[in-house]
Amino acid sequence: MSAPLLAIEGLTKRFGGLTAVKDLTLNVEAGSIASLIGPNGAGKSTVFNVITGIYTPTAGDVKLDGRSIVGFKPHQVAGTGVMRTFQNIRLFAFMTVLENVMVGDQTRMHATPFDSAFRTPRAQKEERAVTERAMELLDYVGLASYAREWARNLPYGMQRRLEIARALAPQPRLLLLDEPAAGANPTEKRDLMGLVRSIRDRGITIVLIEHDMKLVMGISDRVTVLDYGEKISEGDPQTVRHDPRVIEAYLGKGA
Amino acid sequence: MSAGERSLRARVRLPLGIGEVQAWQALGLVAIIALFVFYPLIDRNQGDVSSVADAGYFLLLVFGLNIVVGFAGLLDLGYAAFFAIGAYAYAMVASTQFNLHFNFWPMLILSGCVAALFGVILGFPTLRLRGDYLAIVTLGFGEIVPQVFLNLDKYTGGPNGISNVDQPVLFGYHFGFNPVPYYYLYLVVALISLVLLNNLKHSRLGRAWMAIREDELAATHMGVNPVTTKLLAFAMGASFAGLAGCIYAAKLTLISPDEFNFSVSVTVLSAIVLGGMGSLTGAFIGGLLLAVLNFKVLPQVTNWTHALGAALHNEAVQNLDLHYIIYGLILVLVMLFRPEGLVSTASRRAELHHAQPAASAAAAGVE
Repeated sequence: MSAPLLAIEGLTKRFGGLTAVKDLTLNVEAGSIASLIGPNGAGKSTVFNVITGIYTPTAGDVKLDGRSIVGFKPHQVAGTGVMRTFQNIRLFAFMTVLENVMVGDQTRMHATPFDSAFRTPRAQKEERAVTERAMELLDYVGLASYAREWARNLPYGMQRRLEIARALAPQPRLLLLDEPAAGANPTEKRDLMGLVRSIRDRGITIVLIEHDMKLVMGISDRVTVLDYGEKISEGDPQTVRHDPRVIEAYLGKGA
Repeated sequence: MSAGERSLRARVRLPLGIGEVQAWQALGLVAIIALFVFYPLIDRNQGDVSSVADAGYFLLLVFGLNIVVGFAGLLDLGYAAFFAIGAYAYAMVASTQFNLHFNFWPMLILSGCVAALFGVILGFPTLRLRGDYLAIVTLGFGEIVPQVFLNLDKYTGGPNGISNVDQPVLFGYHFGFNPVPYYYLYLVVALISLVLLNNLKHSRLGRAWMAIREDELAATHMGVNPVTTKLLAFAMGASFAGLAGCIYAAKLTLISPDEFNFSVSVTVLSAIVLGGMGSLTGAFIGGLLLAVLNFKVLPQVTNWTHALGAALHNEAVQNLDLHYIIYGLILVLVMLFRPEGLVSTASRRAELHHAQPAASAAAAGVE
């Protein structure tokens, strides 16, 4: 068996007296969809924030393809091919839909400030290629006809999809989706499941934080359950679904 | 729609990466540039040409600050400092101060570079600051720089400033005190600047600036390096002020520390807000409007009230200075009725007027 793409080893994150994540070990195989679930405040988003370099862990290590990425700044983490979306959508509101996706492709661009100011042939060629790739992605998530619209003018569901397109722009190795189905209606959720599967089929590994159990159980290869920062269960959806500790965490003792 | 009307709406591709516009817009652009090119030939009054030439340095300041405030969203209240640095950089090495007489043209570029360097020096300690906090620090920087020039009198002439600054010579042609060559110099520099700024806006770097402005955290997660991106905004913004300062010093042949005070920074910032933040057309219109108001129209109003007072033998009217009263009123009225600025996009207008965003507002991609 090959080494996992993402390996979290003994990760602990404390904020003052509060332990948000406690001794978490988690492996994500390349090409799989892994889900991170748990009640509110279980530390799921903190895990994402540690992976992407907002927080440095109190203890433990995060490895991508066997290489530690602890201490990397967020833009450096992006440079290693780890992209993410945010729980509360964070688009660039006063930029066009197309420009949002093009910002996502920053790490693959080479234009220097000189190239940018003087529109060197090299920069023009790169600009055309980036525009084309961004348009393809917009087409892929069904937003091609809104390319020139300002991001803030899109309705909520489309904003979620735009955020995914932006994160896909540099063809990342690992995509972290933070509650992509929040606020979505059943049709949108079904579409989203299809989208996530098709992203996986493009060879991109996915870690998903999600509250919607039907969605999680439907698409995950592996589910990890956190409660009060600790891993209480792990396995394929069937195993986790019937784990008494998970039922207790969600419904309370005696349920 | 008639055939003529249709051809006016045809898309035209402009050179130099300016982009695609409708034919009537292209015609308008050509007409405006032609108006500026021929203006000194139409208006033979040297005083008028000199005033419009002075609008040139103001426009360059507006362009530069537009990178920092408009593109990158970094509120800078001490921008006049870079203008001072550019002016002194040239004046100190091209005047009787040290009897150095460096050539104007390389110094033009070098003044921009020196200002850019100071832009980085200011930028570095302020990288973690945003909004009001950044504004206060830059305000302090803007206060310190003229004080330094004031107190280093051995090198800068102190409160007297530096006089007898060398005037440019181009291929044996002496610029002298004739405003016309300065006018054309500003025009050429401003047009080149507009093309470069437009290139930047639609480039990797321009998008990184705007992403930082819109949401710094999200931008860094998309791979935008916040340190280099912000420092480049400060440096490139400052370089415009440096260029402007160099030409300014050469045209006036005399500079002193009190010309670079806080009111310069605020007027430049007002022009950007008035024109519409982040928009190049807005920066151009806002800058030109405030320059013409401050350098030409409003001083004229004061002359009229003086003349009226003299004619009426009324001392109160004679001493009335309406310049800043009218100027203030114009700013207040524009901000009340067009908070988004004179040139703006539909969406920013919607936000500032508290309207609901439309799901499919008409193509808002045109600036």
